[in-house]
Amino acid sequence: MSDDTEKKRGWLSRLKAGLGKSASALGDGISNIFTKRKLDTAALEELEELLITADIGLETVTRVTSALAKDRFDQEVTDEEVRGVLAEQIAEILEPLAKPLVVEGNGQPHVVLVVGVNGTGKTTTIGKLAQQMVGQGKSVMLAAGDTFRAAAIEQLKIWGERTGAPVVMGKTGADAAGLVYDALEQARAAKSDVLLVDTAGRLQNKTDLMAELEKIVRVMKKIDDTAPHSVLLVLDATTGQNAINQVEVFRSICNVTGLVMTKLDGTARGGVLVAIAAKAGLPIHAIGVGEGAEDFQAFEATAFARSLVGLPT
Amino acid sequence: MFESLTDRLGDVFDRLKKRGALSESHVVEALREVRVALLEADVALPVVKTFIDEVKEKAVGADVVRSVAPAQMVIKIVNDHLIETLGAETVDLNLNAVPPAAFMIVGLQGSGKTTSTAKIAGLLTRRDKKKVMMASLDVQRPAAQEQLKVLGEQADIMTLPIVPGQMPADIAKRAMTAARLQGVDVVLLDTAGRLHVDEPLMQELEVISRTVMPVETLLVADSLTGQDAVNVAKQFKERTNVTGIMLTRIDGDGRGGAALSMRSVTGCPIKLLGTGEKLDEIEVFHPDRIASRILGMGDIVSLVEKAADTIDEEEAAKLEAKIRKGTFDLEDLANQLKQMRKMGGMESMLKMLPGVGKMKKQIDAAGIDEKMIKRQEAIISSMTKKERQFPKLIAASRKRRIAAGSGSSVQDVNKLLKQHKQMAMMMKKMGKMGKKGLMRNGMPGMPNMQGMIPGR
Ligand SMILES: Nc1nc2c(ncn2[C@@H]2O[C@H](COP(=O)(O)OP(=O)(O)O)[C@@H](O)[C@H]2O)c(=O)[nH]1
Ligand SMILES: Nc1nc2c(ncn2[C@@H]2O[C@H](COP(=O)(O)OP(=O)(O)O)[C@@H](O)[C@H]2O)c(=O)[nH]1
Ligand SMILES: [Mg+2]
Ligand SMILES: [Mg+2]
Repeated sequence: MSDDTEKKRGWLSRLKAGLGKSASALGDGISNIFTKRKLDTAALEELEELLITADIGLETVTRVTSALAKDRFDQEVTDEEVRGVLAEQIAEILEPLAKPLVVEGNGQPHVVLVVGVNGTGKTTTIGKLAQQMVGQGKSVMLAAGDTFRAAAIEQLKIWGERTGAPVVMGKTGADAAGLVYDALEQARAAKSDVLLVDTAGRLQNKTDLMAELEKIVRVMKKIDDTAPHSVLLVLDATTGQNAINQVEVFRSICNVTGLVMTKLDGTARGGVLVAIAAKAGLPIHAIGVGEGAEDFQAFEATAFARSLVGLPT
Repeated sequence: MFESLTDRLGDVFDRLKKRGALSESHVVEALREVRVALLEADVALPVVKTFIDEVKEKAVGADVVRSVAPAQMVIKIVNDHLIETLGAETVDLNLNAVPPAAFMIVGLQGSGKTTSTAKIAGLLTRRDKKKVMMASLDVQRPAAQEQLKVLGEQADIMTLPIVPGQMPADIAKRAMTAARLQGVDVVLLDTAGRLHVDEPLMQELEVISRTVMPVETLLVADSLTGQDAVNVAKQFKERTNVTGIMLTRIDGDGRGGAALSMRSVTGCPIKLLGTGEKLDEIEVFHPDRIASRILGMGDIVSLVEKAADTIDEEEAAKLEAKIRKGTFDLEDLANQLKQMRKMGGMESMLKMLPGVGKMKKQIDAAGIDEKMIKRQEAIISSMTKKERQFPKLIAASRKRRIAAGSGSSVQDVNKLLKQHKQMAMMMKKMGKMGKKGLMRNGMPGMPNMQGMIPGR
């Protein structure tokens, strides 16, 4: 090792220590590339790779890095600069989509249908939403529409107890659409402000299960043809590029109106959301950052973008 | 899983094959495309890089370029390397322990641990005739213990009674004691989902692990996982001595990159696959077969085994005898159609066949599916017993009657008869080949498939 690189190493490790906890691996990586460096082809390639590891997806990565290259190619760039520019670009894509879920409290049930593949956090998200809405003084009812998974009904029931929201439930194995129908009737009778409808997880390539979802929507419309008023697709931040396809298919089946991304409390950075945002343009309502009722935050584009590239938020 | 990776690699290789002679730059170009395909399939970047470097080293050698079929050589090198990355050999669960052997099931939230626990319990009961008990240590997720209990009831597997308020380590101890007293062979400990960076929960896992000294610690991971798969696998491996991986949601259309990534960074074998939500939807992982499935060579072996699992052995033996004598009649065809439906229908079978990946669209367009099988069954059931035994009897007037009886057209009947004739001929040939081959494994449906694929 030459003296020069040794010096650089020393400087870098100090920087890393300084960045402390908030510096993600991606951030570290970018510092490694761009400390005293020219933005040349090799540097760009490495930058691309780092963004790939955040699940941003090759296509979007290429777009973002070529934009960077257009302005700055062959210039001396610092680490901060590069990160800043990237974060800005990403935030620009996401900003218009950061919209909280709005429901009016007028005693006419605003029906929120919650859908997604298995295990992404649908039921937990319903619990969190209920907590939030009850906190805002709304009357909330829950529908245990996952009649497939063992103890899924029990799980929602416990969330109902935690948040004080009544739960309409049937039996495991019963027809989900029928249950949802009953729930909507009860919510109307009770003049609830919100009905949060849980559904069983389903992989988007399963035609029969997707048809079941269509049926749930159809049945709701028999009572209220404006229902469901919101359809939330819950995405898991650890999911890779398949999330793009999840959005496409669920959207075509049940007219998804907004997204929630869960499990952002781990090391997964949910970069696939950038590609989804660019393609689908769907509102991103909230993020899940833990298993508790309070571990729920509004989606903030700038904060999300900055954490993607390892900048403090 | 793997379909789109299959398509992508297929395209790369097709282009490669079209070139007669290969220059080094052709190979490098093809590998660049392989790299993109792998990344788009969610294979983790460090794994992709190593993979490409190693393949490149072997593939750009002068020997390859000068060989008789250079494209084939390159494809073979990629294939071999895929197998190597996925693990060359099938590694089954370790049952070599003094009972009660503890299996710990660990992983992220929602990856499928509880469902997989019940599936593994079922597999050990059915296949290995073990006495199994399950216990849920999940005190985090609401109703998690209840979930395992219900699954136990569904699958007829013993579960440790729930004691509300008990902590995970204590539940684990109680499970081991109960197992000892009841002569249980394997205790499956389902744990709460946890993030690999959640320090307190990872410590809890270490403590449990030290207490029960598990024979197997299985990391349950979602096959739809993205780039983070490497971090997850590494951390769990470091903290809990993972002995194997079970990949879930293989029935999704994810591209399976996580399989390559996790195996590669941990060196832990992928032992099992979860292929659906139902409790019997579990498969032993065979890396070599998966690699050839990725490369579009189909998974004949899995298909045969699946057939062997589902097909009535006696039926198969009877059929085999008939085939050897060359008396495969329409009755037998009807039987086969029924078996085929039992095996999960056309689509799941076709996916395992070579080259079918690319034809999927055609197949979808032709509407070859359960309905078609049912229609064919209906046609056969509208025939008299005699007609089924001696299809030659079926002349024009009989055809009309059969068509009317089964709500199909004469054309449909003709098609079926032609198909049967081809099959009978093929089977005669195969019968002559002797006991070996597909027949032995109860694979009478196979030749039939060819006839059913459109574009004849
Ligand atoms: N760490 C973390 N875990 C979550 C989050 N959201 C849900 N989970 C967990 O993920 C698992 C699956 O959640 P669940 O709501 O049952 O998913 P569903 O199958 O989609 O209804 C449970 O163990 C939840 O506690 C989150 O934001 N962060
Ligand atoms: N399609 C499919 N779904 C699965 C598979 N394994 C588990 N699941 C589903 O994934 C969800 C979460 O599973 P669960 O066992 O509760 O996960 P855990 O939180 O890790 O214990 C449930 O809806 C299961 O039915 C699989 O192999 N394929
Ligand atoms: Mg649920
Ligand atoms: Mg569980």
